[in-house]
Amino acid sequence: MATSDSSNIKKLQVRRFKPEEYPEKSYLSEEKGLWAWMTTVDHKKIGLMYLASITLFFFAGGMLALLLRTELLVPAQSFLAADTYNQIFTLHGAIMVFFFLVPSVPAALGNFILPLQLGCKDVAFPRVNLLSYYIYVIGAIITLTAIFTGSVDTGWTFYTPYSTATEGSIMLMTFGVFILGFSSILTGLNFIVTIHRLRSPGLGWNKLPLFLWGLYATSIIQILATPVLAITLLLLTMERLLGIGIFDPNLGGDPVLYQHFFWFYSHPAVYIMIVPGFGIISEIISTFSRKHIFGYWAIALSSLAIAFIGFLVWGHHMFVSGQSSLANVVFSFLTFFVGIPTGIKIFNWIATMYRGSIDMKTPMLYAMSFLFLFSIGGFTGIMVGALAVDIHLHDTYYVVAHFHYVMMGGMVMAFIGGLHYWWPKIFGKMYNETLGRIVCVTLFIGFNMTFLPQFVMGSLGMPRRYFNYLEQYQAFHQFSTIGSYVMAVGFFTMAGYLIYSLRKGKRAPSNPWGSRALEWQATSPPALHNYDHTPVIIHGPYDYHRPMQEFQLGIADSHNGHDDHPPTDPTIKTVEADK
Amino acid sequence: MAQTSETSVTRGAHVQHHFVDSDQQFESSKMGMWIFLVTEILFFGGLFLGYITFRLWYPDLYIMASEHLDTFWGTVNTIVLIGSSLTVAMAIRSAQLNQQKGLIINLCITIALAATFMVIKYFEYAHKFELGILPGTYYTYEGIPHDLANIFFSIYYMMTGLHGLHVMIGIGLMIWLIVRARKGHFHSGYYTPVEVTGLYWHLVDIIWIFLFPLLYLID
Amino acid sequence: MNRLSDFMLPPARSTYAAEVDALFNFVNVISLILLLGITIAIIYFSIKYRRRSEDDTTPLITHDSRLEITWAVIPLILVLITFAWGFNTYLTTTTVPDDAYEVRVTATSWRWDFQYEEGQTSVNELHVPAGRPVRLVMISNDVIHSFYVPDLRIKMDVLPNRYSQVWFEATEPFESQIYCAEYCGAAHSNMLADIIVHSQEDFNTWLEEGDTIDESLTPAELGQQLVDRQGCLACHSTDGSRLQGPSFQGVFGRERPLEDGTTVTADENYIRQSLLEPMSQVADGYPAIMPPYTSLSDREIDSIIEYLKTLE
Repeated sequence: MATSDSSNIKKLQVRRFKPEEYPEKSYLSEEKGLWAWMTTVDHKKIGLMYLASITLFFFAGGMLALLLRTELLVPAQSFLAADTYNQIFTLHGAIMVFFFLVPSVPAALGNFILPLQLGCKDVAFPRVNLLSYYIYVIGAIITLTAIFTGSVDTGWTFYTPYSTATEGSIMLMTFGVFILGFSSILTGLNFIVTIHRLRSPGLGWNKLPLFLWGLYATSIIQILATPVLAITLLLLTMERLLGIGIFDPNLGGDPVLYQHFFWFYSHPAVYIMIVPGFGIISEIISTFSRKHIFGYWAIALSSLAIAFIGFLVWGHHMFVSGQSSLANVVFSFLTFFVGIPTGIKIFNWIATMYRGSIDMKTPMLYAMSFLFLFSIGGFTGIMVGALAVDIHLHDTYYVVAHFHYVMMGGMVMAFIGGLHYWWPKIFGKMYNETLGRIVCVTLFIGFNMTFLPQFVMGSLGMPRRYFNYLEQYQAFHQFSTIGSYVMAVGFFTMAGYLIYSLRKGKRAPSNPWGSRALEWQATSPPALHNYDHTPVIIHGPYDYHRPMQEFQLGIADSHNGHDDHPPTDPTIKTVEADK
Repeated sequence: MAQTSETSVTRGAHVQHHFVDSDQQFESSKMGMWIFLVTEILFFGGLFLGYITFRLWYPDLYIMASEHLDTFWGTVNTIVLIGSSLTVAMAIRSAQLNQQKGLIINLCITIALAATFMVIKYFEYAHKFELGILPGTYYTYEGIPHDLANIFFSIYYMMTGLHGLHVMIGIGLMIWLIVRARKGHFHSGYYTPVEVTGLYWHLVDIIWIFLFPLLYLID
Repeated sequence: MNRLSDFMLPPARSTYAAEVDALFNFVNVISLILLLGITIAIIYFSIKYRRRSEDDTTPLITHDSRLEITWAVIPLILVLITFAWGFNTYLTTTTVPDDAYEVRVTATSWRWDFQYEEGQTSVNELHVPAGRPVRLVMISNDVIHSFYVPDLRIKMDVLPNRYSQVWFEATEPFESQIYCAEYCGAAHSNMLADIIVHSQEDFNTWLEEGDTIDESLTPAELGQQLVDRQGCLACHSTDGSRLQGPSFQGVFGRERPLEDGTTVTADENYIRQSLLEPMSQVADGYPAIMPPYTSLSDREIDSIIEYLKTLE
């Protein structure tokens, strides 16, 4: 650090900068045109490009899921052949995990919101940020080539020796996902440096919004786990290309070793997907309860705790794989400790609502759905963490239902909640509130219809990845399929009203929800360089007991922006801010 | 853009628009590279884990197969790489002292040493290929009485191959630095790219220092 | 409680199944209580503290360490109980009794082979005695499979490069389903087998006499039964649709192009050889994956040929 001042407080000359309502210029109105977008280093535009890409993949993955569910209306074959079915569930998993869930919150919403919440103009390495988007695109193109030039029917887990023995373009696909990993690593790297180095004056770690704590924990997992996935997939690619024999038992290798390698990444990856979702929920619940978050440090540190423990539990995916009994016991024991920080979060969120001023707007409704659905995901996680019970439940529909409750009921609900929450900020338009709530309820009902029956048929013994099934499970499958159609209707309606809002929606004010977080002090949509001043933070993002004007301070003589307009409040005063 | 900001007068041309000052940019870049190096260590860590697993299972294999690696040239390569770490450190020193000529000379020596490393590696590979010690299913050599000799060499090729790839990338980065240095981009106030490339190069060196005893010096 | 258990779990038919079910029920009940609490709190707060005006103010409550420690410690105790319980039961399920009857299991895509201590073999039908511990020693011929019997609460992966084992003691005679639970390719969901638990006397009889052939069946009917029991239908359809292997429909007497470019007529000898040495005459355009069926008697092979003749 440059200064040797021992005090942790510094004095700053500040004045009030009230965000301009309905600005004429924004990041959307400047630097227009396809080429400007493709070469932009602006974190907001890159975030939007990610948002468009992951939406596309979510749509593709969702359509594949509908095909699967439709095929499962009857036992045996109706309109898909067994091979096709296996390829579709592989694609559904791979697309949803690698192309939607992992990049969704960090790369799309995170990219957009993180610098706004820090009060800086961009992430630390804007060009690296653009590079990581193009790596994502290249990875996606290679993977799609794999799909169109051949078939991949291994499941998204690529277990050896099936993946080394089966025909198809597995090599291209694993290579595509390998490439994709670098995109995730670079995003994580960028976020960590940005959070460490680019915070506005006064924005100490104790005032960091919980969304950023979530992203910070996620980024740590991304940089520590993803390289291991990269080397695993590279070894698998080489296994198919050269037959190096490390994972292939026919050449002297060991398939269980592959599973260790794979889950060392893929279990922490679960937390890459869900932890930023926790951050979103914290923001939404505090804002719509208009109340200080309950237990700030507990929520912030539990994200880091989950990130840490998440690295020690991968073996719980392998209780019946043939790893040693001792390993099973240790992994089972450690697994339960993930439940504690997660439980703390849920209780603290509910405590935040106590004596709040709760406004059940669409984002809040999604946060409530999240609490319910994610709790079920968590409880059933305890169930499959218990050794003896998991022996029975492993690789059945129970596990399928469990991770859909976590990933879709948890992560996707949080993502959609966050999308609605920040929609006015991102696009400067409001969506139809009534439709928003109706769709949320529809999705909630459809989701439970789809996945609750799967718990029952799983514990009754229906194995997963089954194209054909015994008639005793048919009623459950049919109920589940109908539920998936209900969800599809919900998602299409959502797409409809969101697109409508883009074209004809009412213009959004700068702070429609009355939040105290910094991003709402930017204009809606934000200016090209976010703020035309250097924001100064003297209160935390959840200090609802402080008046709004104290959240609108900026360094008095700062004027970094391109747009020259007079200060809205000419009084300059001195405040003390954390370093 | 109107030049309204007072601070922009004192900003060097090298400071990007979103950084407050040169210090912040330097600290960010350095931290970014450190984090990148962490990911590199985990990337190679996966390979080391595979190495250790098979070594625990088949200790004899490793002793037998390791004898077919050329310890002499491995040692030479180790010395070459350690030397290049020294010259890259000297290059950073030159940049800090505004010695543009020293910077370019040191970078050139580093590239020369890196190239030497690759040439020696090429001859080692070529010799093994001649014997039929090829990776994976292409392995045909019969001089090692162990069923899984091919796996040892698969691991060998994966580790040294990926390391070699990193050396090549390092050479590319240093050529880029020389081009920029000739244009006079670096001075005591701005030498971030030299510094972070140096960090990268030290990591490449350190990985080799682990690879060398693990592969060549087993008995 | 029992009702929930009956609805969610298959019948418990091994000695330790009840113990597993008890833990399953325990976690379910605790979860339901907590979930109910969470849901009621959410709904109650949402109504009681709903926003009444835009000027609402809220009290500043930043945290409460005692409360937070409470809701960290109580779940901790609950999960530790769950762990200890699961661990304890797991020990029972993995500690094989010394006097266990041993059956060797070989998994091949997509078929289960069983070999008994006395030398008998069976395909896709596991015969075991009730009231006696049985140990299965399993290996795979190709990819990873997983041996799963819901009624016994057992599951274990079957690996290609090492033996894995499970044990169980069935409490009563019954017949139930064996599934493959680890994805193994196109016919994964057809890789089913039956488990037939006999009383000890019936089991001894079965060991001596093997499967009794119902003498009232015509050869074609017997063939149909065999095709079903031996798991042929995992890969061969009888309605002309294409699975992993050629369909049985109309196969008899037809000219068949082979992988090596030659053509043969699918007569009695072709079918017999395809059963005993499948790799010698692989049909063109189909993967060479069929395992040999050397355990079939001549009479059984004849019956299968008769059955194929009926599939016009």
